[in-house]
Amino acid sequence: MSMLHLTYQVPGDDFTRAGEASSDVKHKLKKLGYDPDAIRRVAIAMYEGEINMVIHAGGGEAIVDIDPDRVEIRLEDQGPGIADVEQAMQAGWSTAPDNVRTLGFGAGMGLPNMKKYTDEMTVDSQVGVGTTVFMKVFPGKKE
Amino acid sequence: MAEFYHAVTLNEEMCVGCTNCIKRCPTEAIRVRNGKAVISSERCIDCGECIRICPHHAKRAHFTHLTKLSEYTYKIALPAPTLYGQFNNLDDIDYVLTGLKEMGFDSVFEVSRAAELVSEATRKLMEEGRLKRPVISSACPAVVRLIRVRFPDLCDHVLPLKSPMETAAAMAKEEAVRETGLPIEQIGCFFLTPCPAKVTDIKMPLGIEKSMVDGAIAISEVFPELSHKMDHLKSVEPIANSGIIGVGWATSGGESAALLNEKYLAADGIENVIRVLEEIEDERIGDLDFIELNACSGGCVGGVLCVENPYVAKARIQKLRKYLPVSQNHLAGGPIPPVMEWNSELEFSDVLTLSSDLNQAMQMMQKIDEIESQFPGLDCGACGAPTCRAFAEDVVKGVSRKTDCVFVYRQQMKKVASTLSQLEGDAAILPKKGEDEDAD
Repeated sequence: MSMLHLTYQVPGDDFTRAGEASSDVKHKLKKLGYDPDAIRRVAIAMYEGEINMVIHAGGGEAIVDIDPDRVEIRLEDQGPGIADVEQAMQAGWSTAPDNVRTLGFGAGMGLPNMKKYTDEMTVDSQVGVGTTVFMKVFPGKKE
Repeated sequence: MAEFYHAVTLNEEMCVGCTNCIKRCPTEAIRVRNGKAVISSERCIDCGECIRICPHHAKRAHFTHLTKLSEYTYKIALPAPTLYGQFNNLDDIDYVLTGLKEMGFDSVFEVSRAAELVSEATRKLMEEGRLKRPVISSACPAVVRLIRVRFPDLCDHVLPLKSPMETAAAMAKEEAVRETGLPIEQIGCFFLTPCPAKVTDIKMPLGIEKSMVDGAIAISEVFPELSHKMDHLKSVEPIANSGIIGVGWATSGGESAALLNEKYLAADGIENVIRVLEEIEDERIGDLDFIELNACSGGCVGGVLCVENPYVAKARIQKLRKYLPVSQNHLAGGPIPPVMEWNSELEFSDVLTLSSDLNQAMQMMQKIDEIESQFPGLDCGACGAPTCRAFAEDVVKGVSRKTDCVFVYRQQMKKVASTLSQLEGDAAILPKKGEDEDAD
């Protein structure tokens, strides 16, 4: 059991609210006086994941567990799933529709950035069922 | 940490204990206690938002009064370019500058002159490429203080150059020593300020040890006498010596336009500034080299110590700049003079964190979450804190009691009342002697 357990519903139909969950987590980590580098990495990785849920999956749930030695982020959705996770992890590869791209999203950097900024990341996905991304960030700089 | 000086203060007698200022403060630095606002010294960034919002004029800014001029043999005025936007039908900046001399200043050194040098130095530093991108302007002292308490990760993005005010003071004093032969202590430099943050910046500077400026006089304080003098000038001296770039610093976008590089953003108004800083922190703002941020709407023209509407002032400054050369002040060439640079780094000040011990902070946050769920979430401010969340934090820190919340208080009173009526009901069952039931 973590010391702080936070859950957020990420709405799928409202782009203007995307990023609220990661922003709240960031504020809480700052209030805690958490390691600034870890805060930055959590904020960026979680924001990317949150946007992904909004663009591709019609929203989902974000569960964040904070302990002094780690932050764990679980993003769960019941979206279409990712057919080829390895391909999705390639920088620049995207299935985002045009209307999303005109907003400046969908550059194909979501998953690669999440991997880049976290210390551990796993993606579990099943087509037609949904996707769960699990990320861990440890305090301190990533090597 | 040394003691804090703040230019923003409270006049207790005028404070009625309303909730306007607590809601407005960007660092949640104000609480109402015993019917009066109390400003937390560590958290206040002197942005002046509370002065702007207070309907009772109970918030005030401390600044230097004109009487202090007499303490110096040679007095120099350092007018912020914002001053020029305060006058109607002005078509020549020299009217303002000559007017200042009529008021008793021995000389006038425009801050816009130094601003042109700071712009050039910024361009040079940006070209060198050793600054962390995006570079954030350090010209607004309220913004620098905001970053210092709320954005630890952005401290090293702040431009490590002195403000135009500081550079102007250094140059003006050097010039005065050379021309008058007086010792530097007898030369006083007075900044004519649009805002209280600059007053604080002189008393407690960041990035440098000691300010060269001896006082900051509010534009609103010089305005009446200055406009009178300007109306009765016998001759006008040619003093003005800055261009479009320097004068442009008075309004939002002026500093960044001077970089002659379109990869910039200029935001003004404290809420907008916070939004931009949040997005820089999350690396959501890509491909920009420079971020200009001004705590006041419109830029310095929006300062609380100005007399004119910021947008009117902006329009006037635009007109005044029109026929000026682009820039009239230039660095001698070679490296940036060390006197223009900061000599210490901006360090994060963790005044908003719950505890310096992470474990303890986490325990406190658990309690805050738990307590917050008992509040109605209306953020009414009646408890004296800006939000239910901030109030829960105060309760956990032990500086407030849960019953300071009117809703919690009412619930508890209801409980007490129902216990009482129950007791009364129990008592009524007992046989009574000589008492009429209609008596109450």
